Amino acid sequence: MCLGIPAEIVAVDPSDPMSATVEVSGVRRRVNLACVLAEDTDPHDLLGQWVLIHVGFAMALMDADAAKATLALLSELSQEHGSA
Amino acid sequence: MRYVDEFRDPAHARVLLQRVRERMALPALRQRHPVRIMEVCGGHTHTIFRHGLEALLPAGLELVHGPGCPVCVLPRERIDDCVAVAAHPGVILATFGDALRVPGTRASLQQARAEGADVRIVYSPLDALALARAHPQREVVFFALGFETTMPATALTVLQASRERIANFSLLCHHISIVPTLQALLEDKDVQLDGFIGPGHVSMVIGSHPYEFIAHRYQKPFVIAGFEPVDILQSVLMLLSQLAAGEACVENQYARVVAEGGNRQALAAVSEVFELREHALWRGLGDIPRSGMRLRQTYAAFDAERRFGLFDMAESVAPEPASACCDQVLKGCCQPKQCPLFGSECIPEHPVGALMVSSEGACAACYQYRR
Ligand code: SF4
Repeated sequence: MCLGIPAEIVAVDPSDPMSATVEVSGVRRRVNLACVLAEDTDPHDLLGQWVLIHVGFAMALMDADAAKATLALLSELSQEHGSA
Repeated sequence: MRYVDEFRDPAHARVLLQRVRERMALPALRQRHPVRIMEVCGGHTHTIFRHGLEALLPAGLELVHGPGCPVCVLPRERIDDCVAVAAHPGVILATFGDALRVPGTRASLQQARAEGADVRIVYSPLDALALARAHPQREVVFFALGFETTMPATALTVLQASRERIANFSLLCHHISIVPTLQALLEDKDVQLDGFIGPGHVSMVIGSHPYEFIAHRYQKPFVIAGFEPVDILQSVLMLLSQLAAGEACVENQYARVVAEGGNRQALAAVSEVFELREHALWRGLGDIPRSGMRLRQTYAAFDAERRFGLFDMAESVAPEPASACCDQVLKGCCQPKQCPLFGSECIPEHPVGALMVSSEGACAACYQYRR
């Protein structure tokens, strides 16, 4: 039930600044941006951004740097393992 | 970067499993055998069964499947409320697909639909609002369930309905909070746990601070985790590292999604629309004070409980069939397969308990992926 799906914002809706189109594995879907759009952000700035979708709402902006940091930790573990 | 494939990479999983084995061999952890870690969230339970992670873990390390599946803890009385509302002439009852097969005292929503009630499955609460717009002559009631993950979506839908002054839309609110329930588990003498794999998507809304008491007051390590196999294994390793070092703190393995402070806009919408209920009933766990939400007075016009004259949740709980072990499984005191009804009287097609309904329920996941 708490499922969340990563998706990329591919279009914003000119008539509704709170709506965008995301693509998930080739399928396009409308999502609401209210939870990820700060007051001073232009929805266009979110184009190309990955978000986590839950029941039709973008609930989090996915942080590429944080993902890389987690993966870097994993690689470190592999190297320790390789040298052990 | 899709953030999915990398966290399914078997090479990472192998290294993590090796590290987990090494940690478990440390004297500090050998003394503790078994080390019992609860994954709170049903999404984690599903990943664990789907990828057969339990079988890969070393002896002495047990995963306990927690109560974090909103469908699995839905009390029958709540389904009865939905069935009663759906029976009103002109009502369209909309909800998520998962809720349809949960048994009520007499019928599930699926059975009610077969008997003629207009019950519709929606993907988003916004779809329920769209139904209300499209059918101004009908009453559209959205049965809202879910933890903190889902509350903001419902709250924002109510705010939208309020802005548009949509009069034929209301909410049957069964949103519940996982945090008081974790505390109830920690206070339960029957429940022996050494640490928690924390719910990633609840945390994306509430952040990491609400769990601090678990580390401080109860001295249990808590790691917020993502939902891919590597996420879970890495979180297990982080928990074992804390245990081996005699530490207890809240860590965040899922930093790519979870910000420490949670989601400010989402929390603002939730607190604008909802307030705590004094009592909330959880299937298998009973009444957990201050764990449920209801609409604030300001939004009373959208409250289906008032509109249809439903009472606030009764404290009397219809008991599960005598031989069902749902409450024991929910608390991690018993494995699904140890329930005498598992796989015989209770199967996903005919669930006796709610844990057999959603694929995130421990029993359904265990049944679906049993090897
Ligand atoms: S098998 Fe069915 S009755 Fe037994 S614990 Fe699981 S859900 Fe409950």
